[in-house]
Amino acid sequence: MSAAHGFVRPATIARHAVLLLTAAFIMLPFVWMVSLSLKPSDEIFRASFSLLPDQWYALENYKRVLTSAPLLRYMLNGVIVCAVILTVQILICAPCAYALAKLEFRGRDALFALVLIGLLLPQQVLALPLFILGYSVGVLNTYAALVFPFVVSPFGIFLFRQFFRSIPDDIVHAARLDGLSELAIVWRIMMPMAMPAVIAFSIFSIVSHWNDLFWPLIAVNDQRLMPPPLGIMAFKNEETGTDYGPLMAASSLVVLPLIVAFLAAQRWFVEGIAKGGVKG
Amino acid sequence: MTAAIDVFSSGPDRTGAAGKLGRGNQAGSPRDVLPGSKSRILHGPKLAETCAAWALAGPAFLLLIVLFLLPVIAVFIIALTDWQFGALSPKFVGLANFHEVFSDEGFRISLFNTMVYVLIVVPGTVVLGLLIALLIESGQSFRAFYRAVHFLPYMATLAAMAVAWEALLHPTIGLVNQALSALGLPTANWLRDQTTVLPVLAVIGIWQNLGFAMVLFLAGLKSIPQDLYDAADIDGADQWLDRLRTVTLPMLGPVSMFVVIVVALRAFEVFDTVQILTQGGPGHSSEVLLYTLYRESFQYLRTGYGAAVTIVFLVIVVALTLIQARFMDRRVHYK
Repeated sequence: MSAAHGFVRPATIARHAVLLLTAAFIMLPFVWMVSLSLKPSDEIFRASFSLLPDQWYALENYKRVLTSAPLLRYMLNGVIVCAVILTVQILICAPCAYALAKLEFRGRDALFALVLIGLLLPQQVLALPLFILGYSVGVLNTYAALVFPFVVSPFGIFLFRQFFRSIPDDIVHAARLDGLSELAIVWRIMMPMAMPAVIAFSIFSIVSHWNDLFWPLIAVNDQRLMPPPLGIMAFKNEETGTDYGPLMAASSLVVLPLIVAFLAAQRWFVEGIAKGGVKG
Repeated sequence: MTAAIDVFSSGPDRTGAAGKLGRGNQAGSPRDVLPGSKSRILHGPKLAETCAAWALAGPAFLLLIVLFLLPVIAVFIIALTDWQFGALSPKFVGLANFHEVFSDEGFRISLFNTMVYVLIVVPGTVVLGLLIALLIESGQSFRAFYRAVHFLPYMATLAAMAVAWEALLHPTIGLVNQALSALGLPTANWLRDQTTVLPVLAVIGIWQNLGFAMVLFLAGLKSIPQDLYDAADIDGADQWLDRLRTVTLPMLGPVSMFVVIVVALRAFEVFDTVQILTQGGPGHSSEVLLYTLYRESFQYLRTGYGAAVTIVFLVIVVALTLIQARFMDRRVHYK
C-alpha cells in the first residue's frame, strides 16, 4: 500500500472523493453549529438554507452566552475540576507505579491485582455507591464531589508502571548511591524520563473529565458548580429550543479548547486518547 | 521512496508485530524476572524495601480500596436489598431485584434497544473506520488532514455536539430535512419518531467513534510487514484489490476483532446523546441501559433496583473487557 506500488489516476480521484465525503459527514455538525451561532434568531427560523448569515449576529450571540448565561463560569469550573483531578492523580499514581515497577515487596501482586480490578470497572458501575458515599460524607454539590471519585486512576498507575519498567534499573541504583530517597527518585529521576507517558495520561485525563456528563449530573445540581457538558444541558433546558443562536455559540465555545489543543498537538492527543479508550 | 526508507527504519518493529502481535510488551506478565533483583538484596534488608514501597503505594492503595473495591462490593450487597435512597432500614430481599429487573417490560425494552444500538454502531463504525484507514494509507496526499478531520468527533464534547446534531435534525429548520425536501424526499421528525430515533442516535454514535476505529486500523496497517506485500507481488498479486484480499485484510484480522470489542464497549456506554436529546423517548423507544441505570438510581432513587441494573451492565462490560484483554498487547501508533 505504499507509494512504491504506484497508483493510477482514477484510484487517486476515488480516494479523495470518498474521503471528502466522509470528512463532510464528520464536519457537518461542527459547521452547522458554528453557522447557527453567527445568525440572529429570525434568520435561523427562516426556512431557507445558507451557511453564512445575511445579518452577522455573532457578536450578540457570543456576548450573550459569556455575560448573561454563566458559560464562563462553566468553563472555569471545567478548568478547575480537570486541573485538580489531574494534579492529584499524578501525585497519587506515580509513586505507586514506581513501587510496582521497581521495588520488590510483600503484597506487590495483590496491589497490582487491585489496579487491574480498577481498570476493569467502568465509572458508571461505581456511581451509585460513590453517590451514597458522597452523600454520607456530605460533599455532594461541591467541587469535592466532582473530583473525589477520580483522585486515583488505575489507568494512570498502569501506564506509568509500564513506562517506569522500561527505564533501566541501573539508573535507580545510581540515584540511590547518590543518596536520593525513593520519593526523590520518583519525582526527580523517573517522572522527567517518563514525560511521554505523563503527557499521554494528562491528555486522556483532561479530555475525559472535560467531556464527562454522567458523574457531574449525579454529583452537583448547583449551576455555579457545573462543568461545561452539564452547563450546556442546563442551558439547553432553559432555552427550550427557541434561542438557537446563543445555544450554538455556547456549544462552540465548549468544544473549542480541546479542538484547538488537538490541532496543535495531534499526535499526542491520538496516543493519549486512544490508549485510554483501549483500557476499557 | 520515503516509504521504502520508512520500511527499513522500522523493520524490526514490523516483523515483531507480525510474529506475535505484541511488540515488546512490558505489561504481559507481572512477574518477569528483574535483572536487578539480586543486587537489590545486597543493598539492604527486604523489610526496608517493603516499607518504602508501601509508603509510596499506600495512598493509592487506600484510595483504590475506598473508591473501587468497596464500592463494587457494595453494589452487589445493595442489589440484594429493597433499599430506596432516603428510606430507613433497607431489608434483605435476596434476588428479588434481579427477578424484577428481568420481568420488567421497561428493562427488557432498554436492554433490547441497547443491543440494537450496539448492533448498528459496531458494524457501521468498524466498516467505515476500516474503509477510511485503507483509503488514507493508499495514497500520500492529505494524509494528516484526513486523519485529523476524522478524529475530531472522538474528542469533541459529546454533550455540546449532541445539541448541534439536534439543530441539524430539527424537523423544520434542520439542514437534514431542508436538504431532503429540496430533493423531493420524505422528511421525518427524526428524534421524536419511534421508528427513527434509535437509528439516528446510532448514526451519531458512528459519527463519534469512527475516528477511533480509524486510528486503531491505521496502527494495524503500519504493522503489516512490507515483505508480505513483496511476496504477494512475486506471487502475482500485483493489483491493489489482490493485495487487499491476500495480505491486508487477513493481516488485519486480529486488529479487527480488537476494534469490534473496543467499539462495542463504547457503544454499550451510550448515555450523553440519550440524556441530552431524547430522555429515553418517545415512549421507551430510545431508552438504553445506562439511561435506565441513571434514572432508576438517581432520579427515582430506587437504590436496590438500580444496583441490580448496574450489575447487569457490569457483567456485560466485564465480559467484553476480558475478551478484549486477550488483544491488550496491541499498541496504538500514530504518525
